[in-house]
Amino acid sequence: MPKNLIPFLLINAVKVVLVVVILLMCVAYTVLLERKLVGRIQNRWGPSRVGPFGLLQPLVDGMKLFLKEELIPAAVYRPLYILAPMIALGCALLSISMVPFGVDLGWKGVDLFQVSDVNIGLLILLGITSIGVYGIALSGWSSNNKYSLLGALRASAQVISYELALGLSLVGVVIRAGSLRLRDIVGVQATHGLLSWNFFGGFQFVAFFIYLMAAYAETNRSPFDLPEAESELTAGYHTEYSSMKFAMFFMAEYANMITVGCVATLLFFGGWTSPFGHILSGSGPVSMAFFSIFWFVVKVFFFLFLYIWVRGTLPRFRYDQLMGFGWKFLVPVAIANIVVTSFCIGLRLPVQ
Amino acid sequence: MHLVLFIVFAVLCVAGALNLLLQRHPINSALSLIVVMSSLAVLYLLLGAEFLAAAQVIVYSGAIMVLFTFVIMLLNAGREERTHGSKLAYIAGFPGAAALLGLLTFIFISRRSSFGSARLGQYLVTTSDLSRVLFRDLLLPFEVTSVLILIAILGAVALARKEH
Amino acid sequence: MVPIAYYLVLSAILFSIGVAAFLIKRNIITVFMSIELMLNAVNLTFVAFSRQWSQVSGHLQVNGQIFVFFVMVVAAAEAAVGLAIIIAVFRARNTLNVDQVDLMKL
Repeated sequence: MPKNLIPFLLINAVKVVLVVVILLMCVAYTVLLERKLVGRIQNRWGPSRVGPFGLLQPLVDGMKLFLKEELIPAAVYRPLYILAPMIALGCALLSISMVPFGVDLGWKGVDLFQVSDVNIGLLILLGITSIGVYGIALSGWSSNNKYSLLGALRASAQVISYELALGLSLVGVVIRAGSLRLRDIVGVQATHGLLSWNFFGGFQFVAFFIYLMAAYAETNRSPFDLPEAESELTAGYHTEYSSMKFAMFFMAEYANMITVGCVATLLFFGGWTSPFGHILSGSGPVSMAFFSIFWFVVKVFFFLFLYIWVRGTLPRFRYDQLMGFGWKFLVPVAIANIVVTSFCIGLRLPVQ
Repeated sequence: MHLVLFIVFAVLCVAGALNLLLQRHPINSALSLIVVMSSLAVLYLLLGAEFLAAAQVIVYSGAIMVLFTFVIMLLNAGREERTHGSKLAYIAGFPGAAALLGLLTFIFISRRSSFGSARLGQYLVTTSDLSRVLFRDLLLPFEVTSVLILIAILGAVALARKEH
Repeated sequence: MVPIAYYLVLSAILFSIGVAAFLIKRNIITVFMSIELMLNAVNLTFVAFSRQWSQVSGHLQVNGQIFVFFVMVVAAAEAAVGLAIIIAVFRARNTLNVDQVDLMKL
């Protein structure tokens, strides 16, 4: 046993608890943000009664969901019925542990702004997305209900189809960075401010749009939210779920949204680096920490805003249009992006 | 410490495999196989194969087993499958597998000193090491496997299509 | 420090459980899953031996892990085609029991 194991474990435990608590608070306030923004797009206020500007609404919603009656239908297959929302929420919370929020500051040998720094961080994110399919598939199947099963099969087919486009769009970024480690990918984008970000200077804008569309389909959000559309399939795979388990699916969806925003900023928009290069980056450890978190939060907030804006604006895809779009358009364009990127990088660097 | 990790995930593997054997409903077998595959991914990490651990989770647990789960859900595979199909399978199955296990275990345990020990953190094979060999020395097998996957896609689509 | 022989014994156990499940189970899909279990046991053997070879020779040997990569690809292709065949058999015979699909004629 190394002699600094106990402080190491304690600091990491505190870090994990802090990250999870902050993530869940962000999930709750993202729901409020969505309701208010969609309301403003539709020329109405959104929740504005509870607290100033409706800011206490998530707390009240949380209390309502906890206090609702927990109803388990008699004909469901119980072990999977209870396991499926746990898988969904577990995968959503796991994926936030790979995301670095700020600069590489350490305290007693523990990285302060990332829960776990793994050499293959990006692949683990893809793997967690793949496991998340089970939450959907098993929930639909265990509900013992035709509509749930159909909705679950459709949603799972959608998720696994767009996983391909998601993975392929990230290869261009990995080629540029030469590593799968998320801190290295941000490090490559940290040199000249705005111009060295993968979206602008790295010329990965095609990959960025493919990633965005694939991520919208992965998280089952508009315009790809056919599995959850109430008018189509009576709420699809979470028809038979009530109160706490429904809340788990709901939280998993918004936590996945936040993770997608975090990953998009890390991979394409320079993570926590300032767009002005060294001007607003801070110099000592405290100001660097502050500015890095500030820029990270601003960029993730922009992505959440974009998610909600697209939801309020675009109509829904039909299922066959959705599958055709994923397979016949996104995958070939992503492969073309990989070919062009590797060609450009191969021509500039000497072969080792 | 390392041994504790190995024992925990090895027990999970064996328990999942036994559960696959003992469960009646195929969906339970599928879920226990997913547990086996994920524990194997952790064991690959303990042996220093980090890319393979991620590939095991993405390809096996996250794609192949999803395919199995889909087929079980679509075909609505029934619960009890207790046909007294073939007594010969029971008579030859368990003893045959036990004989195989006994032989292999004897060989491995009797030579265990010549295999050495694996310490966590040494001989870590990174993605760039793997890709250096895969895309230079073994480029032809790599291209051939892509043709193989193409043939498999065509075959699966042709076979699973409804006849009109 | 875990002796590599332990990994090999574990893969032998998994392989023999796979063989037993292959011979005993009566549902086609479960039989197919036991094939995947056997392939995974073999993958573990490959990775363990690749590690042992690296330790013996002193520098990184990755050929065992490359083979695992190819085994995964082949297993994926086989699973796709095999499940398509199972679906076709189900459509023809309307049963998933191996004992009831043992004649060529319906």
